Amino acid sequence: MNIVVCVKQVPDTAAKLQVVDSHVTWGDSPLIVNPWDEYAYEEALLLKEKFGGKATAISMGPESAVEALKTCLAVGCDEAYLITDPALKGSDASATALTLAKAVQKLGDVDLVLLGKQAIDGDTGLTAAMLGRHLGWTVLTQVIKIHEIDPAAKTIKVERFMEEGRQVCSAKLPAVVSVIKGINEPRYPSFMGIRKASKATIPNWSIADLGIEASRVGASGAFVAWPEIYPMPLKETKVEWIEGGSPQEIAAKLADKLIAEKVI
Amino acid sequence: MANQVWVYIDQFKGQATPSAWEAVSAAKSVAEQLGSGITALVIGSGVESLAQQAFDVGVDEVVVCEDGSLADFRVEPYAAVFAKVLGEARPKVVIGTASTRVRDLFAYASIDLESGVIVDATGLEIKDGAIVVTRPVYAGKLLCNEVAKKGQPLLVSVRVRAFPPPQSGAGKSGSVTKVSAVLGEDQLTTKVLDYVVEEGEVSVDGAAIIVSGGRGVNGPEGFEPLRALAKVLGGAVGASRAAVDAGWIPYSHQVGQTGKVVSPDLYIACGISGAVQHQAGMRTSKVIVAINKDKDAPIFNLAKYGVVGDLFEIVPALTEEFRKRLGK
Ligand SMILES: Cc1cc2nc3c(=O)[nH]c(=O)nc-3n(C[C@H](O)[C@H](O)[C@H](O)COP(=O)(O)OP(=O)(O)OC[C@H]3O[C@@H](n4cnc5c(N)ncnc54)[C@H](O)[C@@H]3O)c2cc1C
Repeated sequence: MNIVVCVKQVPDTAAKLQVVDSHVTWGDSPLIVNPWDEYAYEEALLLKEKFGGKATAISMGPESAVEALKTCLAVGCDEAYLITDPALKGSDASATALTLAKAVQKLGDVDLVLLGKQAIDGDTGLTAAMLGRHLGWTVLTQVIKIHEIDPAAKTIKVERFMEEGRQVCSAKLPAVVSVIKGINEPRYPSFMGIRKASKATIPNWSIADLGIEASRVGASGAFVAWPEIYPMPLKETKVEWIEGGSPQEIAAKLADKLIAEKVI
Repeated sequence: MANQVWVYIDQFKGQATPSAWEAVSAAKSVAEQLGSGITALVIGSGVESLAQQAFDVGVDEVVVCEDGSLADFRVEPYAAVFAKVLGEARPKVVIGTASTRVRDLFAYASIDLESGVIVDATGLEIKDGAIVVTRPVYAGKLLCNEVAKKGQPLLVSVRVRAFPPPQSGAGKSGSVTKVSAVLGEDQLTTKVLDYVVEEGEVSVDGAAIIVSGGRGVNGPEGFEPLRALAKVLGGAVGASRAAVDAGWIPYSHQVGQTGKVVSPDLYIACGISGAVQHQAGMRTSKVIVAINKDKDAPIFNLAKYGVVGDLFEIVPALTEEFRKRLGK
């Protein structure tokens, strides 16, 4: 089984974000592997341990994203490739999916692509389905359990997380699968793994290497633009303390307030 | 079918989902300024009655694709119909509720349509004839105004509860156009086998009231008083990641950055400290109540009403109080 994991590097979840002229910065907060993607690499490693084959990590991003790929190597992925090119700046989900699709095609002989449910910066959750469409493969999003894979018959059976409950489905490989928390417990890199990863060379691919025309990616290829980014306006909330001599008294006062708010 | 504004009606087993019609309210907010009527697209099996419901909330025209192969949502056959119909009509915008289905559908079909997708919109506006879509990014720490750069229709999903449900009783009727499925069963790669549903649990998705518990509930049985309060209020039970990771309650209840994003009228946080990652999932709730032993817990910076105290005393007292007042 040859598996590709797509990872994105994002600012830490606790980062204090600053916005100047719609440009987002995060000071000296660390950059991390998108938390959802940790479930994707863990699942790739579990499947590789079970079926053999190769787990390859790819990331599209600036040169700093090589660190995210090193994490993937440190936990046990076999190879990693960084897709980086000035022309990719300003790519929307669609242009990103196209780029990843070309990278998957270049790798060749891939049975399964795994991604996290969404990236915690753009928060779109669109890439998996778009990538699957570009490749013409089965798309299974929000997967919380892979029940079985039959590499010979090229089938997969999964449980997907939906509003109404979990949908159990079977499908044909190759497939693009996005995963969510609950599917596994991501491992930490070992000391040996970190040492090995720090010595690894990670090849860079440009869009020319992938045979993509510049007009199809970056700001020029994007179907949507985001001219304005700004902090969420803070709702002026000053907490009103509900106090009283007994829980019953507090409960009665709070009930009055909530009924007056018309939220009950 | 010259309407510039379309809505896609999300359904599950032939019933419109609770938030499906909110898309119509969002559509109305832009249709008038664009001088357009609204066309609704319904795809599924056993969905023909949704056409009348669409007219009832003020839609002008309906396009229905009814086919046995569309009984369960699968992205391939749904997107094939969607891309065909919208590829011919090419309206300015299609709006749907931000469910998992609609996210997949819009993403997949946008590749065929060669047009843009904007998800989880909380606001829509027309500026100089263009649709400007506001959506939260970076876990709701920032807002982003997005526009279509090229391609048409722009596909926009609106966050659950960001728009009110539309008034029904419009008493309209209009043309219903029937279209056929595009892909046959033999062309599909996915089969839906079953659904696993947690019995008797009210989902936090779209709930108007959520009573949420964190590490402070101190064990699986600590959720019992919260369930009792939720029941009296007709609400759902949520949880922090700490409570979920401890195995006290299933993941489907988790609220936050790596859980569900909710926006109820009332969010009662019990024994939750209010970490940024938890805030990411509940910050936009209309009224937040926090019950916590620690007066300095960050959740109180977000709360409108705060109670410093033991949740095991306050929550049962609240349940009792509301039981009396609501006559339950
Ligand atoms: C990448 C990432 C993603 C994350 N995603 C999420 C997410 O989606 N959702 C989420 O919730 N967290 C998430 N977290 C975790 C988050 O950082 C916090 O660790 C978590 O929210 C803490 O949960 P808590 O408030 O229940 O626990 P704690 O922070 O331990 O708080 C417990 C609170 O209970 C109070 N308390 C204790 N006993 C009582 C009592 N008897 N009565 C009243 N109050 C009491 C305490 O004073 C304390 O404030 C994420 C973290 C990371 C790094």
